[in-house]
Amino acid sequence: MPSTLAFTGFTQEAFDAFLAARDEPRWLVDLRRQAWIRFNELALPARNDEEWARTDIRLLKLDRFGFPAGEILDGDMPHALLAEGVELGGSTATRDSVPAGTQLSEKWASQGVLFGDLSELVAEHGDLLRPYFERRVVDPHRDKFSALNAAAWAGGALLYVPRRVRVEQPLHAMSALSDGGVDLNKTLVILEEGAEATFLTETASLAAHGGGLHCGSIELIVEPSARLRYVNLQNWGDAVWHFAHQKAHVASRGGIQWTIGALGSRLTKVNQHVALTGEDAEAQVNGVMFTQGRQHLSYNTHQHHLAAHCRSDLLYKAALQDQSRTVWRGMIKVDRGAQRTDAYQRNDNLMLAATARADSIPGLEIEADDVRCTHGSTSGRVDQQQVFYAMTRGYTRQEAVRMIVEGFFQQVFDRIPIESVSEALGEAIGRRVRAIGEQ
Amino acid sequence: MPETLQITNLHVAVEGKPILRGVHLTINRGEVHALMGPNGSGKSTLGNAIMGHPNYEVTEGAIELNGQDILAMDASERARAGIFMAFQRPMAIPGVKMADFLRHATTNVRNPQRKEGEELIPMRQFRKELTAKMEQLKMDVEFARRYVNDGFSGGEMKRAEILQMAMLRPKFAILDETDSGLDVDAVKLASQSIAAIAQEQEGGAEMGILIITHHDKLLEYNTPDFTHVMMGGRIVETGGVELARELYTSGYDRIRSSYPEEAAVEDEMQQAAAAAV
Repeated sequence: MPSTLAFTGFTQEAFDAFLAARDEPRWLVDLRRQAWIRFNELALPARNDEEWARTDIRLLKLDRFGFPAGEILDGDMPHALLAEGVELGGSTATRDSVPAGTQLSEKWASQGVLFGDLSELVAEHGDLLRPYFERRVVDPHRDKFSALNAAAWAGGALLYVPRRVRVEQPLHAMSALSDGGVDLNKTLVILEEGAEATFLTETASLAAHGGGLHCGSIELIVEPSARLRYVNLQNWGDAVWHFAHQKAHVASRGGIQWTIGALGSRLTKVNQHVALTGEDAEAQVNGVMFTQGRQHLSYNTHQHHLAAHCRSDLLYKAALQDQSRTVWRGMIKVDRGAQRTDAYQRNDNLMLAATARADSIPGLEIEADDVRCTHGSTSGRVDQQQVFYAMTRGYTRQEAVRMIVEGFFQQVFDRIPIESVSEALGEAIGRRVRAIGEQ
Repeated sequence: MPETLQITNLHVAVEGKPILRGVHLTINRGEVHALMGPNGSGKSTLGNAIMGHPNYEVTEGAIELNGQDILAMDASERARAGIFMAFQRPMAIPGVKMADFLRHATTNVRNPQRKEGEELIPMRQFRKELTAKMEQLKMDVEFARRYVNDGFSGGEMKRAEILQMAMLRPKFAILDETDSGLDVDAVKLASQSIAAIAQEQEGGAEMGILIITHHDKLLEYNTPDFTHVMMGGRIVETGGVELARELYTSGYDRIRSSYPEEAAVEDEMQQAAAAAV
């Protein structure tokens, strides 16, 4: 209940109490304290910062929130959309950054797979996990949000797959948020050499119009020849502030397919970063966004080629309704040694209202001389001639618009081999699309 | 009483400019009507107005289906009432497979009362029927998996339109230059297919067809019961099949000299259209 979520802000006193309530290895406490110092040094990003020029967070009052409380008030959890009809190898959940139960099939546990709540597992497997934490895949000092997450992360999910273990069944994680609550989850995925896994994660509010704060991080470590399929469906309530730093390291001959579905939140600011660190690594990045009302979703994507012969392919598609707004800033960065890079980025936007706005800013920064890097972006409206054509075949206006929007996203869905993902996204979007008037 | 599509004194304007200036036309189910006339005389406008295109404003007159005014209906309701048009330039809908598009369309047209979200025709039943129709039209089954009109050749689009007509089984169909862009063999196949579809309607009643064309080939298997000549936004002359033959062998000179007023309007419309380009 909102009244019991009385936060006192991110104060020193509250931070000390937060640490005291946790029984964590010394090295982790040190990491948290360092990040906490950085958090206090940094101001919230301002609009004169180029990266934040289009995203206004002046109404964000961090002192209305605070550290995760540590207990779950009732048993309610949102419906897991991505798990529909899927035979899962395991599932884990948190609510307001508090663990809410984990299951892992014995088949995978017996092969050394670690899966579940990160804070619980780090207490048990500190020595194994320490080097991965210390790699700082997401830089804790990047900005105030990355520092906050590094200092005060709680709950969250760990997936660790040992060498050459192939987890054939998808795993699922749910992060739920109560109205007005705080979620400081950290997700850590480690696939050792030659390992394979599919991880479906979703973040959702208990109430469609719920508010609150999510300040999260995702670190995906894909070691040589490992393959990860990672899906994140963001379905926060439409009053939630959503900040996240998400980064993958893909080593030689490794591969990641990373799909983002973004439907919720009042304001989203996500940095999604893929670093191809070893030769012959590859990344496919898919984005599906649907915005409405006064939502503002901003995604900075970064395809960083550090080694030769790597491939990256990014496709982000957004449909916008009402007065909503999206910002996509994409960067392909190719380091000097990353010859024979093949990189592509594309962003398509479908405007369902004249009052919606989509900013699309692709960028290339190339220091190697033998590469193929291309980008493109389009912005268009639902064509009234298409609507009329479908209506002459018996479609209602609403059905016609919905079908055209679904067709717009099909190109991304065609790239996602997990049926439950494209179905969940397609259905969620279909429910949101309203007919647009004749023009 | 046969079912009828009746157009009375129809005036239609596009962006405020009058295009149709008093069209009268009555089509009974089972009849084939050919509509001929120079480019820009208003033939496609008539088709679009019958289908309820929002950019085509009916300023006067009536369109009635079995005595019921359909002007207040939107395009979807008209389709569900049994009116179909095969478009000259059908729209592409990228990302939507022909089969999915048609399954939804067929469900709606066959169950006019269907509400959004209600069940579609069972997949198996639909597939079976679609495959049979595609075989009849000598279409590759792969076609059903392609996105609606997306990257189709001119000929493929026209065949896709005929396939849709076959599935939707309308009472009245308008074929807007369904022969354009097709080679001789393809037109012959189209003409045969249309005749076959027209005769196999449910309940034994045949389709009423309005064929907009410049040529005689499409009429080969669909001998018109009536031929209408449109000029300057009006139907100036109506005859039998012999009128269609006269027009495609001798052109419009006789019509022009018989109807100087409409010919003058026609010239004005042509000039305005040319100036707009």
